[in-house]
Amino acid sequence: MTQNLYPSRGFLGLLLAGLLALASPARAQTDLLQDLEKQTADSTRREVVAATFKGTHIINSQSVETPGQGTLAFLIQHRFGTLNSGAYNFFGLDQAVLRLSFEYGLTNRLAVGIGRSNIEKTFDGFLKYRALQQTSGARPMPVSVTLFASAAITTLKFGTLPTERTTASRLDYAYQVLIARKVSPGLSVQLMPTLIHRNFVPLAGMQNDVYSIGGGLRQKLTKRIALTADYFYVLPGYAADNFRNALGAGVDIETGGHVFQLHFTNAQGMTEKFFIPQTSGDFFNGDIYFGFTVARNFTVKSQLK
Amino acid sequence: MLAGAQAQSKYMTKTGRVSFFSATPIEDIEAKSQQTAAILDFGTGQLAFSVPIKSFVFRRTLMQEHFNENYLESDKFPKATFTGRFVGFDAATLATTGPHNVPVEGDLTLHGVTHHIQVPASVELKSGQLLAFATFPVASADYNIEIPLLVRNNIAKVVTVSVALSCAPVAAAVGATTAPR
Repeated sequence: MTQNLYPSRGFLGLLLAGLLALASPARAQTDLLQDLEKQTADSTRREVVAATFKGTHIINSQSVETPGQGTLAFLIQHRFGTLNSGAYNFFGLDQAVLRLSFEYGLTNRLAVGIGRSNIEKTFDGFLKYRALQQTSGARPMPVSVTLFASAAITTLKFGTLPTERTTASRLDYAYQVLIARKVSPGLSVQLMPTLIHRNFVPLAGMQNDVYSIGGGLRQKLTKRIALTADYFYVLPGYAADNFRNALGAGVDIETGGHVFQLHFTNAQGMTEKFFIPQTSGDFFNGDIYFGFTVARNFTVKSQLK
Repeated sequence: MLAGAQAQSKYMTKTGRVSFFSATPIEDIEAKSQQTAAILDFGTGQLAFSVPIKSFVFRRTLMQEHFNENYLESDKFPKATFTGRFVGFDAATLATTGPHNVPVEGDLTLHGVTHHIQVPASVELKSGQLLAFATFPVASADYNIEIPLLVRNNIAKVVTVSVALSCAPVAAAVGATTAPR
């Protein structure tokens, strides 16, 4: 009903405006709003740029995102076998590798996580701290920086070795500085200088410390669907000579409380110590693992008081 | 005191509260903002509101993200505004204690869409502060806020918006630097 009134109101308004240009109430209202905007405009105000990535992982890599305060995220990460493993293995679907993890936001900046991969029966624990957050407004911060540190321990029984391995030799560490920028509402990019430290390497010549630089991106296609990619370049050394750089490409699909991430990657392991220094698949030769990550968020503590 | 109150016709706040509530059989969703700016001018009978969309806090962090990213698109439309007037309200009645009911009409702009709405409100002058309250329905479809099929049963078609303001008097000169906090 009110919609029918609009044309006549507009027409009348036009007539009146000619006669009473200055006394028009609409104009006075706009002035009052402008007055309000002027008074509330704070030239020092900065706003945090949120939602650089949809999930806490891009594909293989972590993203700058953490679960917000009081939010518990449950992640199921999955990689099937390689696509080129043939019809007998149903193109990889016969095999599956899994990592289950929980991530919890202690504050809006600090998150802790634990995970378990079935590759080498590995447990991992990590800390993620949002050191800087990208902002807009006055003197904006151009990037978000998240610090990531993780420790992984394999619980495999090494019965075939001459001696059972010590606890220290089972540990590997990953340190990353995740630097991301939401370039536009649709496009986000991330750079990831990384150090992997391995307490124990099986062969002489293998490095204990492997350095790598990763890159990732997210491009939205619609509000709820985005394309993603990430890549780790391993700096020259034994690992670079004998293994391949990890590459992933995928799609993020968001539905209510879930984020589904579907992807293709040449890396099978889902913790840093696997996919950065130990990726063996040749992406362009069909050594591609189809995989997915499903994240479900639970609100443990409400943000509202 | 009374004389002073009458001479004062303009009130303002930068920390007004606006909340909305969506109730469905599946879940209730609530969000609150405490950063609503408002000017109420009883001299001219005009009023104006401005609410930063990003200031709404939800129980769930993910919901808040979706609200900004997908529903209200706060990067594109950072503020909801209302400009309107009191309908048939005599400023002199403010001098009497207690809340006074007064209809308000004007233009609500949300998600880049403007609709003319009428809202019953109440105003009261109490210890020099002007208290103003209003509750009204907003249908998301009217403002081109698209709700995907999958969560259509979780989000009410019509949400209830509540406004609660406590405004301090503003000096007559426009652009006064009073910042009630």
